[in-house]
Order: sequence, then C-alpha cells, then structure tokens
Amino acid sequence: MSTTLPANQMPMRPDAGSAERAMTSPPPIKRARSGPLADRIFGWLAMAAAILTLSALAGILISLTISAWPAITKYGLGFLINTQWDPVKEEFGGLVMIYGTLFTSFIALLIAVPVSFGIALFLTELSPAWLKRPLGTAIELLAAVPSIVYGMWGLLVFSPVLSTYVQQPLQAAFGHVPYLGALFSGPPVGIGILSAGIILAIMVIPFIASVMRDVFEVTPPLLKESAYALGATTWEVVSKVVLPYTKAGVVGGIMLGLGRAIGETMAVTFVIGNFNQLDSLSLFQAANSITSALANEFAEAGQGMHQAALMYLGLVLFFITFVVLSLSKLLLSQLRKGEGART
Amino acid sequence: MTTGDALMQAAELQQSRLAKYARRKMVNGVALTLALIAMSFGLFWLFWILLETVRLGFSGLSWATLTQMTPPPNDTGGLANAIYGSFLMVMLATFVGTPIGVMAGIYLAEFDTRGWLASTTRFVNDILLSAPSIVIGLFVYAVVVSRFKSFSGWAGVMALALIVIPVVIRTTENMLQLVPSALREAAYALGAPKWKVILSITLRAARAGVVTGVMLAVARIAGETAPLLFTALNNQFWTSSLSEPMASLPVTIFKFAMSPYENWQKLAWAGVLLITTAVLALNIAARLLTRVR
Repeated sequence: MSTTLPANQMPMRPDAGSAERAMTSPPPIKRARSGPLADRIFGWLAMAAAILTLSALAGILISLTISAWPAITKYGLGFLINTQWDPVKEEFGGLVMIYGTLFTSFIALLIAVPVSFGIALFLTELSPAWLKRPLGTAIELLAAVPSIVYGMWGLLVFSPVLSTYVQQPLQAAFGHVPYLGALFSGPPVGIGILSAGIILAIMVIPFIASVMRDVFEVTPPLLKESAYALGATTWEVVSKVVLPYTKAGVVGGIMLGLGRAIGETMAVTFVIGNFNQLDSLSLFQAANSITSALANEFAEAGQGMHQAALMYLGLVLFFITFVVLSLSKLLLSQLRKGEGART
Repeated sequence: MTTGDALMQAAELQQSRLAKYARRKMVNGVALTLALIAMSFGLFWLFWILLETVRLGFSGLSWATLTQMTPPPNDTGGLANAIYGSFLMVMLATFVGTPIGVMAGIYLAEFDTRGWLASTTRFVNDILLSAPSIVIGLFVYAVVVSRFKSFSGWAGVMALALIVIPVVIRTTENMLQLVPSALREAAYALGAPKWKVILSITLRAARAGVVTGVMLAVARIAGETAPLLFTALNNQFWTSSLSEPMASLPVTIFKFAMSPYENWQKLAWAGVLLITTAVLALNIAARLLTRVR
C-alpha cells in the first residue's frame, strides 16, 4: 500500500475554486524509499523474536532433560520418593528436597492467602481514594525487593527474633506435650521450615494481593451496588457477590503465588538451614529445598552423576512450576472470558 | 388473636431482626478490622526490612566500599569489582534482551494478535515471566558453561538477558495495545509502510511504557542472584574480561552474608543497601513515568 499513490491527493471539495487548484502543480510521483521488502524483513524479524522466546522454553526443557538423562535412566521415577542424598556414595533421591519445597510453599500460602485477601479487600473497599495508590505501590514494592535482601534479613535479623519470641516460648510451653512438642523441637536458632515459609509468605503476598485487587475491581459496579441497595454490609457484598464472581481469578492469583514460592531460591537458601533430613516433623528443624540444594551444591558438583541428579531436581522443579503457572494462567483467562459473557 | 398479641409478635419480630442486624454488623466490623490488620501486616514487613537494611547498611558503608576490591576474611576492602561486574552484566543483558523483547512484543501486538503462534508465545512468555530464575541458570550452564568448560561473564549476561526478555515483551505488548488504532490508520493513510508506522508512530506513542518495562527489567535483574551462581560464578579480583568468571554484587553478598567473618557481613549489608536503593529507585521512577502519561 505504499508505492503507487495517485499524484493528485488534494481533497475534492466541490465548493472550492477549481481554477486555483488547477494552477498548483501536482507533487512528483516518488517511489517510497521502502517497499514491501522492508516490511517483510521487519515482519520476519518480529516473528523471529517471538519464536526465539518460544524456543527458550523448549531449550530449557530439552537441555535440562539431556543433562539429567544419566540420573533419569539410573533412578527413574523412584528418584522422587527416595530420601537418600549421598554424593560420596553416588546415591541420589530427591524426596527430602521436594518435601521441603512443597511444605515451605504450603506454609507460605497458609499465611499469604488470608493476608492478601485482606489487603485486596482493604484496597478495593475500605481505603480512601487518595490512599489507594500509595498503599498499592507500597505493597508492590514488597515484590521489588531483591530476594537476596529477604534472605540476608531473614537470616541475620528475622531468625533470631523468631527464635527468641516464638520458638523458645513455644518450646517452654509445649516441649513436654507428646506429638505437639515434637512440632517445636530443634536447636533454638530460628532457622528451618517455618522461617522459610514465613519469608516466602512475605514475598508472595504482593503477587497474590495485586491479582486479587485487580480481579475484585473487574466486578461490575452494578452487581455490588445492587447488593448494597438490598442492605448488604461491605463484608456480605465481598463474600457473597465479589468473591463468587471472581473466584477463578482469585484461585489463579493464589496459583501464581504458589509458583513464585516454589521457585524462590535465595531467600529460602539463607534460612532453611540446608540440611538433608526428613526424620523430624519439627517446624524449626533445618531442612532443604530443591532450589537451595541447587544453589548450594551445583557449582561444586563434579560433572557426573551428582550434577545429573541436580539437573533432575531442576527438571522436577521446572515441571512443578510449569504446571502450577499454567493452571494459574488458564484460571485467570477464564475469568477474562466470563467477564465478557456476563456483563 | 387480640391486638395485644399481634403487637407482641411484631415487637418480637422486630427484636430478632435487630439482633440479626447487630450480628451482621458485627461480622462486618470484624472482617473489615481484619482487612485493616492484613494491610498493616504487609506494610510492617516492608518497613522492617527497609529499616534494618538502612541501619545495618550505613554502618558498613564507606568510601572504600566503592573504591576497593573484595577483601579476604578479616581484612579491609570494598565491593568495587562486584559493583563493576554487576553493572557491566546488567547493562549488556539489557542491551541484548531489550531489542528481542521489543520485537517480540511488536509481533504480538501488531502482526499476529490471534494466531496460534501469538497465543502460544503469550502463554509461554507468561510462564517464563514467573519461572524460577535458578532454572534459567541451569539452562545457561548446560548450554554455555559446560560446553566451553568455563564459568564466564558472558554466560551471566545470557542468563540475565533471558530474564529481561519476558518482562519487556509483556510491557511492550500491553503498551502497544493501548495506542489507539486511529493513529495507525492515519499513518497508513499517508502511505507509510508498516515498519515505519510501527517504529515511528506506534512505538513512539508507547515510548514511556516501553521504557518503563525496560526499567522494571533492569530492576529485576540487578537483584538476581540465582541465575549467576553457576554462570558468572564469582571473582575476587577486578576483571573486565567477560570470558572469565565475574563477580557480581548479589553473588558477593550471598557469599559474604553466609560467612562467619564480621567484616564480610558488614560489606554484605553495605551491598544490600546499595542494591535495595537502586532497585527501589528504579521501580518508583518507572511508576512515576507511567503516571505522567
């Protein structure tokens, strides 16, 4: 559509003086300097960039699988339920790390979901308009703080506090109660599953809260106003109108937070204690997660079975996050589709 | 039934209605108070973390932090090589990642908005955006480091660039979609070819948003540690050669913070202060930039 434009591009207004127009010479017909070729090249470049992104994902999957292949063929799926992790004897199983990853993420969600819901509720229904933006930004900044900062703060500031004010009183109160006491046993340093879970919770709160806030805001005002007009309280409007309307999005937001928590590396590495054990059920016992095992051992692992086993762990991690994040994406897009149908 | 009975019944009904209303109001009050508490809970962590970072960071910060090399344990020194390494790798990764991200964003917004390639790319991009960064480190290790048998700054650059790309794609696409199509049509009507319409009309109109995306991407990779652990590794000395292992601020902080040496921990806090300040400043600047629009 670029090369051959007719020369007389003057607008034809019947009322204008036609004699005057006849005197202006038409602009010279000039070939546009760029033809369809430039367009095609530009299109190819753009497409290549998109394909490059796609191939990044494929590349990650393929290269991890190839690197992990020795471990996959040797241990098979039994790797996932084997608790042995012994680089000296070359005996590898990932259950300890997988358990650590899933359990810390579970604790994180247990804390983060109600808190994020409260924050989203506050930001959408309670906050005065002028406070919404600064408060929302402050919560989002929580997501911007680098994870290494969380880690160092967690190890050197938070863990001692957790130990002094939570762990030790709990041990003093319940230490001798059977079963319950076992939950709080362990050296009083504040490092372990619980502190990793709490720090993960702080890190995923901004993700879950901002998705929840965004989906709460897509609820049509008409629905909310109708409920208010019937005399519903704010809480009733949120729990009986907004929440049912946005539940797919809310679950999607939680899944996004879960994906983040599972893949978080540095903060967990600092506070989880990096100790391979599954014997103690205690919340304060040092443990290990997939990401922290990778961070601690990979650079030192020799090429061979140890590295392959770590790659296998990485593959498992990627697989779990892939499934969780895909679910999150599907749920969120479902909400977006439903939005059009219902309003 | 006498009028008295009817009145009694009405009064009872009224009473139970009031009681019910009081309960509903109470539940509402409790829920809203909890929401307020949740909000303060979130803000509490932010302020606690920032407070400790500033307090402990300033005690470790000195002129030497910026000018001297990373020291051995129990010796004086600074973070100069780590800061330089971080700066170099982040800059190069941004230069590599931004054009790719912008082009892919253009593809999604301008060329193919509904096709299977576009929807797959969009899906994959959202996954990559939240994928564990340590896995990207593993990928680059498998592809680059193990092939060349050496940890190197280039490997670090590649890992960071892979994190930049999804962030830039996402913001570029979103910002381009905000550009009104009347602008495009006007440009086409003037006879401009598509590449020119995109580069000098739509992309220019979305400039602020795209710049924001790049700033957010820089902020993100400036604090990334996990993908550098086994790509760029670390280096105790000054190096400007990207084919050698290279120090970076986050990896140095990781190493120093986990150590028992007091001077290392102090330096780590100084590094944390520097990184946090830079990252938060970039984030706030990016937000201000989009607000102006």
